[in-house]
Amino acid sequence: MNHDAYPDNYIRGILNSVKSIAMVGASPVNVRPSYFAFKYLAQRGYDMIPVNPGHVGKELLGKPFVASLSDLGRPVDMIDIFRNSSHIMPVVEEALTLDPLPKVIWMQLGARDDAAAEKAEAAGIKVVMNRCPKIEYGRLSSEISWMGVNSRTLSSKRPPAPTQGMRLSLNRMSVGGGETAASDRAAKITADKNRTEES
Amino acid sequence: MSDRLPGFSTLAVHAGAQPDPTTGARATPIYQTTSFVFNDADHAASLFGLQAFGNIYTRIGNPTNAVLEERVAALEGGTAALAVASGHAAQVVVMQQLLQPGDEFIAARKLYGGSINQFTHSFKSFGWNVVWADPDDIASFERAITPRTKAIFIESIANPGGSITDIEAISTIARKAGVPLIVDNTLASPYLIRPIDHGADIVVHSLTKFLGGHGNSIGGIIVDAGTFDWSKAGKYPMLSEPRPEYHGIKLHETFGNFAFAIACRVLGLRDLGPALSPFNAFLILTGIETLPLRMQKHCDNAKTIAEYLAGHPAVSSVSYAGLASDKYNALARKYSPKGAGAVFTFSLKGGYDAGVSLVSNLKLFSHLANVGDTRSLVIHPASTTHSQLDDAAKVKSGAGPDVVRLSIGIEDKEDLIADLEQALTA
Repeated sequence: MNHDAYPDNYIRGILNSVKSIAMVGASPVNVRPSYFAFKYLAQRGYDMIPVNPGHVGKELLGKPFVASLSDLGRPVDMIDIFRNSSHIMPVVEEALTLDPLPKVIWMQLGARDDAAAEKAEAAGIKVVMNRCPKIEYGRLSSEISWMGVNSRTLSSKRPPAPTQGMRLSLNRMSVGGGETAASDRAAKITADKNRTEES
Repeated sequence: MSDRLPGFSTLAVHAGAQPDPTTGARATPIYQTTSFVFNDADHAASLFGLQAFGNIYTRIGNPTNAVLEERVAALEGGTAALAVASGHAAQVVVMQQLLQPGDEFIAARKLYGGSINQFTHSFKSFGWNVVWADPDDIASFERAITPRTKAIFIESIANPGGSITDIEAISTIARKAGVPLIVDNTLASPYLIRPIDHGADIVVHSLTKFLGGHGNSIGGIIVDAGTFDWSKAGKYPMLSEPRPEYHGIKLHETFGNFAFAIACRVLGLRDLGPALSPFNAFLILTGIETLPLRMQKHCDNAKTIAEYLAGHPAVSSVSYAGLASDKYNALARKYSPKGAGAVFTFSLKGGYDAGVSLVSNLKLFSHLANVGDTRSLVIHPASTTHSQLDDAAKVKSGAGPDVVRLSIGIEDKEDLIADLEQALTA
């Protein structure tokens, strides 16, 4: 998998198929991104499990914290890691000891560890890095369009009137030219310029 | 479901819009409401805390405006956009996110006269200091960089003379200095030039011009390219530091590559207040659906008329980058191959008096202070849009006393030429 730019169908397939998500580094502090993402994914019907050794004995939106992946006590489809890049590897190594293995390991916006990704992929696990599942769900469903964000999708179908807690359709037509495409183009221009200047 | 990538014209019609969930309405409804009912107290708190997607109050966001925002973001290849009340409002909101009092930004000397005024006078009262550079001397941008520089601002096609700016060269300087490049893409529209493809980090527009295109609505927009790392050097605290008004949220950390557009909305639009009316958003959206058709016709007409004027005995010179002989023709071929826009200037051998006489003799061209209308427009910049500049600055910005500016519409070109002919020989 090219971890610089994911096809929408890859992300769509993951978000359409996983049901349970263990969030490593989930925070009970309501201004932290992990709190927003946890709450949003729970509202969209995912079975969420908060993992954070510092909050064992407490609950996050009614779900009890567990100390580590080894303490989950049941299979999960996806592990969403809210840790800095330097803390990813031990989490992935712990995930690889689970039986059954998770189907997906997702690393949050800003987090990337290519060696850890390679290990997980070698075990047949799908990996997403440097993305937020809340943003991707909002984008593919176009719910994020309320904030003027480019969902990079189109649809001529009439969506159902939204109700609270509803799962939204992610099966819209994808469009190019969005976040990674623009960044890639910009990076390429800079790289080309630098080459020209050096030569 | 394959990831087939739709073309520009498809995006111009569809991006951001879908049938209305409640009624099935296919055209985007005008959500003419100030406020939106919350589901419950928790939903309200989530929206105010930036934790959920949704609507609160039309000064912060509106569903009609959101369609416009996503559509322009898609056409420009950006990650997100924010529509505001005017192009000038877009510039204020952008700079408020980037500059603290005492900071500087570098701006190209060739700009819309209104922007020159705004930067020179109004921004000074906020403590934001403009430093001018010459787009014909790229190194002048590099020389203008200081430790207080927070941004570089240029126009893709510059008003009033229609010159083309070397966006990539200036983008290289901006990247080296670690500051974002802001491009005003009003006169090109994304149909002709997509500045993000050439290294722009932020694109602004007056929607009033070619995007809306029908001369009926004032509006502006800010597009976030998603390319700039706001947290890298700690130079942009509005994005990288905890925001006290949102209980300590860090916008860049939370919103990633569309954090700038969010900052413009939740810190700029929310607190400065220049909201776009949903009715204007609807009219502008309708205009954008035909942008590719109109823009091509504008450009084709403009080229024919520039060629006609270049051969006219009463005309001393024509400044239009679409002419093979023009100084900016090579840049036009590189950046704007479908056409060099529809706004340009020409000089009359008879000087100031001939300019005034031409404007009063035209019967089809409208004498007014706008560009990018379906109708052809004419103005004498020295006595109007650029009148607040001193004589030297007028010449430097391409608005000397003998200069007449045209904005070519989408009428039949033969009728436009006939009108110019009778006015020039009257």
